[in-house]
Amino acid sequence: MASRQPSPPLTRAQESWLLAGAFLTLAGGVFRLPPWLGAAVVLLFSLRATLWWRRQPLPPRWLLGLLVLAVSAGVLLTFRQFFGRGPGTALLTLLLVLKLFELRRARDGVAAVFLSFFLLLVHFLEAQGMSMATLALTALLVLVAALASLADDGRKIADHLRLSALMLAQATPFMLVLFLLFPRVQGPLWGMPADAWSGLSGLSDSMSPGSISSLSLSGAIAFRARFEGDPPPHALLYWRGPVLRDFDGRTWRAGPEQAATGAAASAAGLDYSVTLEPHNRRWLYALDVPLAAPPDAHLSAEYQVLAKAPVRSRIRYEMRSAPSLALDTGADAASLQPYLDLPANNPRIRALAAQWRRESPDEGAVIARMLRHFRGEKFFYTLTPPLLGEDGVDQFLFETRRGFCEHYASAFVFAMRAAGIPARVVTGYQGGERNPVDGWLTVRQSDAHAWAEVWLAGKGWLRVDPTAAIAPERVEAGLASALPAGESLPFLARADLSWLRQLRFRWEAVGNAWNQWVLGYDSQRQRELLSRLGMREPDWRAMTALMTVLCAALLAGLAAWVLRRQASTDRVQLAWQRLGRKLARSGLERCPWEGPRDYSLRVAQARPDLAQDVRAIAALYIGLRYGKLVGKASLQQLEKRVADLKPALRR
Amino acid sequence: MAATTRLERWLYRLRGPEASPVVLVQRRVFILPTRTGLAYAGLLFLMLIGAINYGLSLGFALVFLLVGLGLVAMLHTFRNLLGLEISAGRAEPVFAGDRARFVLHLRNRRRGGRLALCLGLDGEAASCTDLAAEAVADIGLGLAARRRGWLRPGRIRVETRYPLGLVRAWSLVEPNMRCLVYPRPEAVAPPLPPAGSDAFGEARGSQDEEDFAGLRDYRPGDSPSRMAWKAAARGQSPLTKLFDGVGGGPLWLDWNSLPGGMETEARLSRLTRWLLDAQTRGLACGLRLPGREIPLGRDARHFESCLEALALHGESSA
Repeated sequence: MASRQPSPPLTRAQESWLLAGAFLTLAGGVFRLPPWLGAAVVLLFSLRATLWWRRQPLPPRWLLGLLVLAVSAGVLLTFRQFFGRGPGTALLTLLLVLKLFELRRARDGVAAVFLSFFLLLVHFLEAQGMSMATLALTALLVLVAALASLADDGRKIADHLRLSALMLAQATPFMLVLFLLFPRVQGPLWGMPADAWSGLSGLSDSMSPGSISSLSLSGAIAFRARFEGDPPPHALLYWRGPVLRDFDGRTWRAGPEQAATGAAASAAGLDYSVTLEPHNRRWLYALDVPLAAPPDAHLSAEYQVLAKAPVRSRIRYEMRSAPSLALDTGADAASLQPYLDLPANNPRIRALAAQWRRESPDEGAVIARMLRHFRGEKFFYTLTPPLLGEDGVDQFLFETRRGFCEHYASAFVFAMRAAGIPARVVTGYQGGERNPVDGWLTVRQSDAHAWAEVWLAGKGWLRVDPTAAIAPERVEAGLASALPAGESLPFLARADLSWLRQLRFRWEAVGNAWNQWVLGYDSQRQRELLSRLGMREPDWRAMTALMTVLCAALLAGLAAWVLRRQASTDRVQLAWQRLGRKLARSGLERCPWEGPRDYSLRVAQARPDLAQDVRAIAALYIGLRYGKLVGKASLQQLEKRVADLKPALRR
Repeated sequence: MAATTRLERWLYRLRGPEASPVVLVQRRVFILPTRTGLAYAGLLFLMLIGAINYGLSLGFALVFLLVGLGLVAMLHTFRNLLGLEISAGRAEPVFAGDRARFVLHLRNRRRGGRLALCLGLDGEAASCTDLAAEAVADIGLGLAARRRGWLRPGRIRVETRYPLGLVRAWSLVEPNMRCLVYPRPEAVAPPLPPAGSDAFGEARGSQDEEDFAGLRDYRPGDSPSRMAWKAAARGQSPLTKLFDGVGGGPLWLDWNSLPGGMETEARLSRLTRWLLDAQTRGLACGLRLPGREIPLGRDARHFESCLEALALHGESSA
């Protein structure tokens, strides 16, 4: 009503609920904040918990105001801006922690709970795994219990938790219906801040010494693939990524993008589907050599599959590739010229390559000599090569002789160009691990690789992997077997822990199902599911209609359940009340204080015509309610007599 | 008090006082979101936009779970009121100017508890209570009694926001109950008329039977026969002689013997004061009102009926 009461001050129990809910919420994201912010959040929360524990008063408002200013300045100094994902998350987290210092009234408690809800959503920007989902659900359970405690404080902890669990359980069917049927919109609704997709790892469109070896330490999944039949052997699993053309002496970069000229021959291919983790780049990975691009993507002149927009959410696409295909056999000299350009450094390898070329005019022989050079000299395949200086390629080839795949690919392509053979660097992934549980092939960041392609007249572009010359195991079995013992590798990529691998396979199969059906559930999946369920043209109108109908049905079902438990009202009492209402219409209302005997006497006096009936009804009522009268028959008799009573209106 | 519009009458099905117990059946319980609930809806909308924008599948799941929670909360709140029985209880008589207190009996026939039920009269702060499973509880509602006569509490708002405070369910009930409000006793009244006299002046017995008790300032309405004429002759301000009427004779409090110019309410006020004074001093007294006479008596029941007669003077016997 109009009388709006000021919201009451919080009790200690309510505070503890709110603190617990906020703790679980903060726990999901505090480790992803910049270190000083994370430390500040931990410190502030501990301080708040101590205040609660010692029953000490909250700090005054002005102090909180100062704190807000201080942390905002800190966020600004760290991120150089307020807008965007990083600073936004940091500010929201700090806001929640500081709100905990302002828990004075129920209204503050509600605000803290709502802030926590929002922060849970923000955490999903960083992680959407099953562990995060579990943590969020736990936090939700406590937060809802906190809301319930704000509405009524006088209950036990278990009561609040039970209520919260019950309500969330009842809310779950609604969630499922909405999740499956809410029309999904693809892509962002507006331009995103520049840092919106930071933190996604993967290959970049350039390569310098160390860029791939640093990626190799990550066990994160790059993509998963499933072949129609058996996957090709490990040594053929070259997943083509960015093709690099230009070299400045240290870094390889992609050339300008060109559309494919000649359509690829329709050779027999391998069919497979790829589920690509978001990496914020436009290229899609495909098995060497892709024959055609999936929808919303195209094939470049260098046989790269390029999407229209950077991949910012997990996507799934169907591909067809031909493992052995001659590319651009008829390329002319002009189009090949960029693949011969070299910067003017590294004189030793230039001289050596030129000498090889003079000695054997056959290009194949030059390639073989280069590979022999790798094999013959003492080259080492290592994740931690020494740093290289000005003439990096010379230094690597003739002095340090230690390198990772990018060193070998880079040196090889340099040598080829020096010998007058068109060559380019191709980066991507090599290999993949087949999960025996669900049959998916998992490709990780640690499978990142770089190799070379040379163009030979009549044969076109051919793949040459110099790494295979030094460490053939890398290509045939994977990184773990190629590196000398003692090199640090992602823990689970090590070969010796087989039982752990089994466990991991199972866990990852579950994770893949989670990715495919929960996280990867997008507009495309939605359409697939609905057509499988028999909807012919599932557009958003049909989905909304179905969603509304199902939600209404659920609500009705739940209401029926709620009301069923309600309908245990006393029939004896209902009949007696009905009598009172009937008689009230002829001016003989039962007074609140009047017992059944008094009332029936009064009615009998006022209306002798009804006396007999009313006395009988009163006797039945008294007997059923207070006396020994039991049984259906008496109840039915009471109900019938009340129904039959017809007190005519008396004016 | 807010006037009941036709719409409200129709909506809340108010047909005047209802027989007890009033059962809150389905069609009498209304629900609307609270301000918190509206904020919740706004928050969910923002979260949904965020989830769409960043394509967060778990974000969708979270938002939809919270949407479901809101719907479920609606039912829970509705259910918290549904089927509650409210019966009129006692309301002790009070004097005008005091606060009347209406007691209501709440009865929960359900096997689950009902929590945070708040009852309030129009324009008054609500009082809240919890009701255990299959339990009965009393709740008292205060209301300022402004004038004498029967006071009806009018519509009572039964409201709950349990369990989440996102929606409130309410119902308006009007149990048939009333509180008798006695006239407000005159704050400063002349002393009791002498026993055996009809009021001031016209003595029935001998004046000597009364003890002179002192003087006080003259007030309009005092009988001229009680004026301290000697003092007045000395040029002092007029004084009235006071006598203690503890004669033990029958004390009659008579409407007609009060000064002619007095208003009805002022007369009732004074008679009430005298009646209370007589009761305090244990005097037997009778009350004469136009058209009504209550014979002499001195027990509590007698005084109650006298006060009731004063309270209801001139009112149609409702």
